[in-house]
Amino acid sequence: MNGRILTYEEKDTWIHRLSGVSKLIFFMAWSITSMMTYDTRVLVVMLILSLVIFKVSRTEWRQISAVFKLITVFMLINLIAIFLFSPNQGTKIYGTETVLYHLFGNYAITTEQLFYEFNIMIKYFTIVPAVLMFLATTNPSEFAASLNRVGVSYNVGYALAIALRYVPDVQDDFHQIKNAQEARGIEMSRKASLMDRIKNVAAIIFPLIFSSMERIDVVSSAMELRGFGKNKKRTWYSGKALQRNDYLVIIGATVFMIVGLVITYYDGNRFYNPFL
Amino acid sequence: MKPIIEFKDFSFKYRSQVEPTLRDINLAIYPGEKVLIIGPSGSGKSTLANCLNGLVPFSYPGDITGTLEIDGVNPKKLGIFGMSKKVGTVLQDTDGQFIGLTVAEDIAFVLENDQVPQDKMFDKVGEIAELVDVATLLHHAPTALSGGQKQRVSMAGVMIDDVDILLFDEPLANLDPATGKRAIDLIDRIQKQKNTTIVIIEHRLEDALYRDIDRVVVVGDGRIVADTTPDKLLAGSLLKEQGIREPLYITALKYAGCEVTPESHPQHISSMNLQPYVDKVQRWYREKTFQKVENRQEAILEVKHLSFGYEDGDPVLKNIHFTVQKGEMISIVGKNGAGKTTLSNLICGFAKPNEGSISFHGEDIADWSIKERGEKIGLVMQNPNQMISKPMIFEEVALGLAVRGVSEDEINERVNATLKICGLYPFRNWPVSALSFGQKKRVTIASILVMNPEVLILDEPTAGQDYRHYTEIMEFLKEINRDYGITIVMITHDMHLMLEYTDRTIVIADGEMLAIDEPARILTNKQITDKAYLKRTSLYDLAIACEIPDATAFAAYFIDYERAMGGEG
Repeated sequence: MNGRILTYEEKDTWIHRLSGVSKLIFFMAWSITSMMTYDTRVLVVMLILSLVIFKVSRTEWRQISAVFKLITVFMLINLIAIFLFSPNQGTKIYGTETVLYHLFGNYAITTEQLFYEFNIMIKYFTIVPAVLMFLATTNPSEFAASLNRVGVSYNVGYALAIALRYVPDVQDDFHQIKNAQEARGIEMSRKASLMDRIKNVAAIIFPLIFSSMERIDVVSSAMELRGFGKNKKRTWYSGKALQRNDYLVIIGATVFMIVGLVITYYDGNRFYNPFL
Repeated sequence: MKPIIEFKDFSFKYRSQVEPTLRDINLAIYPGEKVLIIGPSGSGKSTLANCLNGLVPFSYPGDITGTLEIDGVNPKKLGIFGMSKKVGTVLQDTDGQFIGLTVAEDIAFVLENDQVPQDKMFDKVGEIAELVDVATLLHHAPTALSGGQKQRVSMAGVMIDDVDILLFDEPLANLDPATGKRAIDLIDRIQKQKNTTIVIIEHRLEDALYRDIDRVVVVGDGRIVADTTPDKLLAGSLLKEQGIREPLYITALKYAGCEVTPESHPQHISSMNLQPYVDKVQRWYREKTFQKVENRQEAILEVKHLSFGYEDGDPVLKNIHFTVQKGEMISIVGKNGAGKTTLSNLICGFAKPNEGSISFHGEDIADWSIKERGEKIGLVMQNPNQMISKPMIFEEVALGLAVRGVSEDEINERVNATLKICGLYPFRNWPVSALSFGQKKRVTIASILVMNPEVLILDEPTAGQDYRHYTEIMEFLKEINRDYGITIVMITHDMHLMLEYTDRTIVIADGEMLAIDEPARILTNKQITDKAYLKRTSLYDLAIACEIPDATAFAAYFIDYERAMGGEG
């Protein structure tokens, strides 16, 4: 209904029409590249591309805003922690030291450190949209079918699909339970202190787990009664054969990964050094 | 003819239990028969159903003595998958039963597991969707459908396998009355078209008998206590003894002192021969005395011109306007998805109205937080598992007080007092998990009551309860209403509940308020019942058939009479 996040929404874009397999391969190639490289040029290109893809997939901001904000907060904490624990990492990597502002003791803000942390930040920003887009544009059942086609056991594929499919239901449950508990006086809004809110989350999680267990129990009975797991193989109603676009995406993603990594490692290490 | 289902001296004991759940079952069901199995909760009727579809013994292991043959084969030999080819089961909780992301996928699930090629699946799904009338919904998410549509989809999902036996586990439990009627109608049509053997497990007898049933099997305490025709069953007194609710017109006839005979074909009120009873019913009606209805004049909750929608231009509720008087028991009825739950969400502050206002004792509560409203207006959700958050009963009931910083002594005192009111005091140190569904419901009611709310809103308080538990819960609510003056608002689609336990009823259909009136008047008004997916009470038909012109007064008298009998009936 409302307030659902991170769930598949049916839309008619070429990204939605792609097979789950090609999207998965793209996603993996993309993540590997992003994780391996610290080459700013590659990262900037990826950042721009991911924004373009995001736009093309017509994913709406409300679908992902909550998760996005959460990740941003963690990223900021991470960046600060890096600075606190190794303020000279940038100098070590790039071999020069350009002090912008001396704080105290060992701690100084250097251009190298800022540049290094800037690289880490864009790494986040290249992966995060790809993950979110993958979740928002991939039909869980079709994804299970694709996984099965590339050789993953259908049990695993179906378990994944059904987990994805229950995300919205569990979210609805969560809202209902939260409301009811709030009515009983368990404050979850900003009026309560952070500590209290964390403690109060237990009052929601507990019933949420119980109602989810109930759900699992019923659905596994239903699956069994309808012959799930009977044969070594199964067919898929929503399976899609790979099409021209799929092959293009798979080839494109692989080529992109190879080129990106070649550029990255061309000068012997993972970093692009503008300071030399 | 050889029976398709045959139990011979069959007993079953769950591994985790000491006593057998089913004893000495002897039952034969023939191909093409339509059999209704009724019995109170815990009678073993669900276990009996599970024996038919193979969940017993494959998912719920235990000890079996005697024999069971389905289509001449022992289920043990077939395995649960072999059984699923012969017996198609439509579970009670249709929501949980959906596996696929869309209707089409869900219907195709069995075929997928049988490795049917994709193009063949498309054909077959289309064909079966046509049969149960969901062809236009194939690409919808099953969870987004109405209750009746959901049920039709789950029927399609099992029928696609060309099963010989269709097993329905409480098909009416989650449906509004009119949709329930349609479901029974559809089951009837399928049986006639495909000559499938039908087994229906249900405790809502009057609704289940809407279409002809060949035989009724009554299960009580693990044994078959009757295996007879509906006509004979309705004429006897067995139903009352087993704690199963008779159809209302039968109860009315019995109140009027009539001896109902099988020969008068009491299965349907429309085709029943009422000739022998008319005199007695008329005489009974003439003796009527009405109890004085107290005229309450103190508004506690006023809902004024309320409108609400999640998105602009798509209102869920339109201009809802009513007043709840202090101390009354009032019901909110209407078809599934009419906006009843949304209305309670608005009252509790979970959502904000787009237009209109809500007042409590004349004060506008727009600025009250959810928590503040919760102290005056308590909400009990339909599923107790969605509310219970502490492992022990005492802690659960104390939770609302504890978070408000009430002193320990006062908590002890108030919680114990509430537990006594709710009949839970002996269990106060038990874990919640040891309780039955009905008892859990009581715990959730207790956990709200402990905060001394003035209004209690209950969402489907009796859903999925058999007659005995239903009566228990309702009598309990009546008691707290009478003895503690708590105003009770119930959201329901159980017409017995609104008729017997509420003074007034608010009818909502498609987001609009159709009426607010006495239940007897509403349930005898065809225009309203049709529009709101209710069912006109069979008391109306009885009154008309007995040439009593004022059917509403007849229904009202019946309720008064029943209340005076003190819930014995």
